[in-house]
Amino acid sequence: MGGYTGKILRINLTEGKTSTEPLNMELAKKYLGGRGLAGKMFADEVASDVDALSPGNKLFIASGVLTGTNAPTPSRYMVVTKSPLNGVIASSNSGGYWGAELKFAGYDMLVLEGKSDHPVYISIKDGQVEIKDAGKVWGKDVYETTDALKQEFGDDKAKVLAIGPAGENLSLMAAIVNDLYRAAGRTGVGAVMGSKNLKGIVVRGTGKVENANPDQMKEVVANSLRKIRENGVTGQGLPTYGSAVLVNIINETGVYPVNNFQGSYDPEADLISGETLTEKYLLKKHPCYRCPIACGRYSKWDGKEGAGPEYETAWVFGSDCGIHDFDAIHEANDLCNKLGLDTISVGGTIAAGMELVQRGYIKPEELDGTPLEFGNAKGMVEWVRKIAYVEGLGAKMAMGSYNLAESYGAPELSMSVKKQELPAYDPRGIQGQALSYATSNRGGCHVRGYMISPEILGLPEKLDRNSLEGKATWTKIFQDLTAVIDAVGLCLFSSFALGLTDYTALVNAVTGFNYTDEELLACGERIWNIERLHNLKVGYSAADDTLPKRLLNDPIPSGPSKGQMHNLPELLVQYYAERGWDKAGVPTPERLNMLGI
Amino acid sequence: MRVTVKLFATFRDGRFKVEEKNLSEDSRVLDILQLLNISPEEVAICLVNGKDVKEQHLLKDGDTIALFPPVGGG
Repeated sequence: MGGYTGKILRINLTEGKTSTEPLNMELAKKYLGGRGLAGKMFADEVASDVDALSPGNKLFIASGVLTGTNAPTPSRYMVVTKSPLNGVIASSNSGGYWGAELKFAGYDMLVLEGKSDHPVYISIKDGQVEIKDAGKVWGKDVYETTDALKQEFGDDKAKVLAIGPAGENLSLMAAIVNDLYRAAGRTGVGAVMGSKNLKGIVVRGTGKVENANPDQMKEVVANSLRKIRENGVTGQGLPTYGSAVLVNIINETGVYPVNNFQGSYDPEADLISGETLTEKYLLKKHPCYRCPIACGRYSKWDGKEGAGPEYETAWVFGSDCGIHDFDAIHEANDLCNKLGLDTISVGGTIAAGMELVQRGYIKPEELDGTPLEFGNAKGMVEWVRKIAYVEGLGAKMAMGSYNLAESYGAPELSMSVKKQELPAYDPRGIQGQALSYATSNRGGCHVRGYMISPEILGLPEKLDRNSLEGKATWTKIFQDLTAVIDAVGLCLFSSFALGLTDYTALVNAVTGFNYTDEELLACGERIWNIERLHNLKVGYSAADDTLPKRLLNDPIPSGPSKGQMHNLPELLVQYYAERGWDKAGVPTPERLNMLGI
Repeated sequence: MRVTVKLFATFRDGRFKVEEKNLSEDSRVLDILQLLNISPEEVAICLVNGKDVKEQHLLKDGDTIALFPPVGGG
């Protein structure tokens, strides 16, 4: 058997005990790994009513079956837990090098249970696992912690994953950051790690991931690499400009949110675009493990160096806050990496805060002299810091935009779905993406079914973004395929060039299994349904498959897409039918039986 | 008629970011591509006033044309 290491490392932080157990191959065949297998184990092991920040919650950190192999983009690991932000099944993934290193150390997955009575970190050197005191690094930022833990480990090749002050302070927007600049950002997973008094995990592995069919693997990898190289997006666009190349496309389409979604077009957006980033800030590309795309950026700004912003980050600290100072956006992005925060959630919360000030809900005396207004770049950067350290109003903001706005009696000013902030696309002008936002199993999110790809970028084929035709079907397929990609440990960006058949070929080659395309996609549908079942158990219903009031009720007010409006009610009916769910959005026993759930 | 042409990503290399162009009546997107020495196959996204169009699209006075090579992100 290849792909899997066959071992799970379980660590009980309350008792300070570690143990290994064999991977349940029957489950692995049905749920693959990563988001799927960890999601299934989470659903089986963690009671749905557990307090997300209590010792009873568990943190699953899982690689995929292709993580650490020579498949293209094999860097991803997935964090699965109960979200402290909204109670949904949280799954947040990251690239870099840490996930592959975990496989090389011999583990498919870590399961972290309980809570340590003092700050600790975990050290993994192949089969040697230790829980160590983290007193010296508690309170330190991610950069300092990464350096200190590597030094104590005594091997510069070790990879570090850590939380920053935001995770320690239980911000519901706290991220888990690995390799300095890559983050499992969304759904508040960093706060769960902080609640367990776990500061970081250092891993060094000297093993390798086996291939069941090396010759077959060589052929399918070559084929996939060729497709990625020859595809305009993965072969040229992303490598040259990074993901921020989207700024101008989405803006010119008129679905680019401005000032907390009060507008949808920004005449000055080019100042913070991928083109400008490349021209004025880029030092070099900053690829993840064995990535042929290398969209990651390494920039210089204001006398400093570090990771350059992604599209979502450039937008959220930029146009969504009314800001066009690219130095300040770089600074806010760097602070999020350093202090362990999710950029989309933090930027969305600051933008909501700006609108709460604009409309008089937040009073000037609450700001302690730090400006919170659209267009004020210096103030925006300072609020990122205050959120991480829960200072003043920053403590309220650290709970996310929904909790912030609700505390002022104006939850409608939070541009979120299921309390999680929306990313950089106005759904009113993109029908499939509106459905994808409303039905995402982790709340407001673009990477659970990226309908922007067919509806705006024309990949794999161009769909009319304003039409409803076929959108429920497309959205379901995209959601299920994304679940597969997240479960096998590849980067979603590979899907600009690769399709289901390519993923099936890669999984079969590495494992020696014989999935058909339909069977592999059914794994994705199975994953989607167990996630939905958890969310229903914690109290979500069809009523939560919606959009924030402004986007739900008002058409786009200005710009190239002026007057456009979603048709979510009609699409939801089609979508539930497509999924084999009843009219209340509940999976039917027949469909669950068909999927073997 | 006058139209505004906006170029993005590699289309800017050796050309411009944004320019006003004077065109004869009945001009199409294709005429602009020829003027700029861009072949239709190179164009992944062509927007006229924010709407997706093909190269045969007939232009009118005051239109804004945005041209993109294959790019993406997320």
